[in-house]
Amino acid sequence: MAVEGVDPELAEFDVRTDEILVNMGPQHPSTHGVLRVVLRTDGEIVLDATPHIGYLHRCAEKIGENVSARQWIPYTDRMDYLAGMNMNLGWALCVEKLLKLEAPEKARHLRVIIVELNRIASHLVAAGTYGLDLGSFTPFMYAFREREKIYDLFELVCGARLTYSYITIGGAMADFPAGWLQRCERFLTEFEPVIDELHAVLTDNAIFIRRTAGIGVLPPEVAIDYGCTGPVLRGSGVDWDLRRDGDPWYTRMYDGYEFHVIAQTGGRYPIERPGHPVPAAAVLGDCWHRYYVRMLECVESMRLIRQGIEKYSRAPGGIGEPIKLTQKLPKGEVYLETEAPKGQMGFMIVSDGAAIPWRARARSSSFCNLSVLSELCRGCLIADVPAVLGSLDIVLGEIDR
Amino acid sequence: MADFFANWLPNWLALTLAALVHVTLILTLALTAAAAFTWAERKVAGRIQDRLGPTRVGGRFGWLQAVADGLKLVSKEDVVPKNADPLLFRAAPYVSFCASFCVYLAMPFANGWVAQPLDIAVFFILAVAGLEVLGVILGGYASGSKWSLFGAMREAAQVVSYEVPLALCAVIPVMVAGTMDLVAIGNMQSGWAWNWLIFHDPFLFATFFVYFTCAVASVNRAPFDLAEAESELVAGFLTEYSGFRWSVFFMAEYASMFAVSMLASILFLGGWNGPLPITVWLGLAPNPATGDAPHALLAYLGNFLGMVNLLTKATLGVLVMMWARWTLPRLRIDQVMTMCLKYCIPLAAAMFVGAMVYAYAFPAGLIFRVGGGG
Repeated sequence: MAVEGVDPELAEFDVRTDEILVNMGPQHPSTHGVLRVVLRTDGEIVLDATPHIGYLHRCAEKIGENVSARQWIPYTDRMDYLAGMNMNLGWALCVEKLLKLEAPEKARHLRVIIVELNRIASHLVAAGTYGLDLGSFTPFMYAFREREKIYDLFELVCGARLTYSYITIGGAMADFPAGWLQRCERFLTEFEPVIDELHAVLTDNAIFIRRTAGIGVLPPEVAIDYGCTGPVLRGSGVDWDLRRDGDPWYTRMYDGYEFHVIAQTGGRYPIERPGHPVPAAAVLGDCWHRYYVRMLECVESMRLIRQGIEKYSRAPGGIGEPIKLTQKLPKGEVYLETEAPKGQMGFMIVSDGAAIPWRARARSSSFCNLSVLSELCRGCLIADVPAVLGSLDIVLGEIDR
Repeated sequence: MADFFANWLPNWLALTLAALVHVTLILTLALTAAAAFTWAERKVAGRIQDRLGPTRVGGRFGWLQAVADGLKLVSKEDVVPKNADPLLFRAAPYVSFCASFCVYLAMPFANGWVAQPLDIAVFFILAVAGLEVLGVILGGYASGSKWSLFGAMREAAQVVSYEVPLALCAVIPVMVAGTMDLVAIGNMQSGWAWNWLIFHDPFLFATFFVYFTCAVASVNRAPFDLAEAESELVAGFLTEYSGFRWSVFFMAEYASMFAVSMLASILFLGGWNGPLPITVWLGLAPNPATGDAPHALLAYLGNFLGMVNLLTKATLGVLVMMWARWTLPRLRIDQVMTMCLKYCIPLAAAMFVGAMVYAYAFPAGLIFRVGGGG
């Protein structure tokens, strides 16, 4: 507010030179999609980070009220497009719960293999792009090279590399082609040393540790308050995984499978890497731990896939038939959450007896994970904002739907 | 060379002509080197990332890719942002370019092959190299964008701060050699590899690595490349630059990398003198034992081999910088400054004191002698 009678060019009383509003995005190399983050900074220190979303909103839920349940599956693919199979599974299980339709045994094991493969692919993107955000170009290439192999596997199974619409209500669209299981085994054997390579270039790298340890510390209570799930929650030390603790309709899929939930309990992770202890600078709940949880989850997923391959080979019968495109859904409502790579992805269907749902809702894991950004970025430097954002591993397709 | 022309031409014309010839030679060499390094960068990056790099333009190794890139950049649209300061925005790349390339005026390429023989060559090089940051600040400010300003301010802080340990590290071999004249320092290291200053004492050995780190920081290469931090500021001060102006900035950067590498080679790694005294064996250089001097043409050939030797060492230094860039993540600005102020400067100072005490205690050298001969 200018003083009366004084030329505003001479006396600028309302100019604050101490705080700058900087706009990151929506076009930005490291905001993981079309995300706009408005930073209020005092020099290099961030006072406030406000995410603005909606740039990728495609009215998926509105469309869900206009197409039948099976026709909505391609729309779920495009939510978390890096883990399309998991999205398909979430919606398929939700509708199956409404229909009280159980997929056959063989389909159960097929789903475990596919979904865990996609979890590895998603975590590879997370790790690779996280390195890229911090200036390390090479692990990105290594991670994407392995991801290509997974995409080749998926292409053999359903013909698509990114948006599959493969896992469907009642089972899957087609069975594995001949030789696919051997190819998958071969991929797993080739992938194991690559995880060690990624550890060498990222996890154990002194500069990476300096950039991520102690940054963006998320206390477990705050994580639960904001509804964070997945590696973000487990990176803060909360031992919670829907594959073990979730709805029985979902945990039934993992019946008979042995796997660890990757969270630091009692100061130790369930998987130890001899000779590579957790760095001293890393505080539980910081970016390093969230990233580390994802790396260890890749190892666990490999274990699950191997068990799945064995169980699938021994399971009798077929993989089931998808329901009819215009199948009428019984009246009722179902909400089911599954453990997607980025967190808990929930799907809700409200049906009034027609083939087309009355309401189709997706609860996105990244939406709640992103909401904690302003908490985490308070008081950090501008260069830490991509570090924190990368560790939250969000995908805008899921947030905006 | 001016004397050579003065035989036929008036003095002022001879000087001008000599200067033009020198400048043409330097520009040719430095620009060719810079273009070759853009190709090498892409190949090295590709190989480290488990892929090939350019393979189509110019045969199997894609060596004409640099030319293709250059043509593309020159033919791009000339974009000047609306908020940009018109004169400064256009002038900034050339300020950087001039500062980068003027360094080569005092840089000897072989014994006696220097554009301007200076007996304060090291001082001149460090001073002129420090002017490059002026172009960066001008570019960042004149772009009229907050992001560019951020990048420019970060880079200014970083480069200016790292000039201090860089100069400290460069002064240590100067102190041991007793002269700032690079030609003299180079000649002092003739003969076998153990005559190199890097092996003169353990402090100089450590100083080389500290110098190299500070050199990487002062030319803004990863892991110190926040000024161009793609993931944070899009491209920092370079965000609004495209086409020819961008390529001028990048030529300046590669030329700087090459120059600090060459300086390291001359100060620490013997310059144009190889690990083995091949030119002496071949009779192309004066034999220090017998005092025989070769024929003028053979001496020229010997010098030429020496120049190739020096350029190879400098190129190896640049390749190591590229290797580090594609392997390591980036440090944050406060970590970069911490490293400079709390680690590099005390280390360089300690090396300085150590080398001083060593030179005082063992003036003729403990094991190795500084001086010509085998």
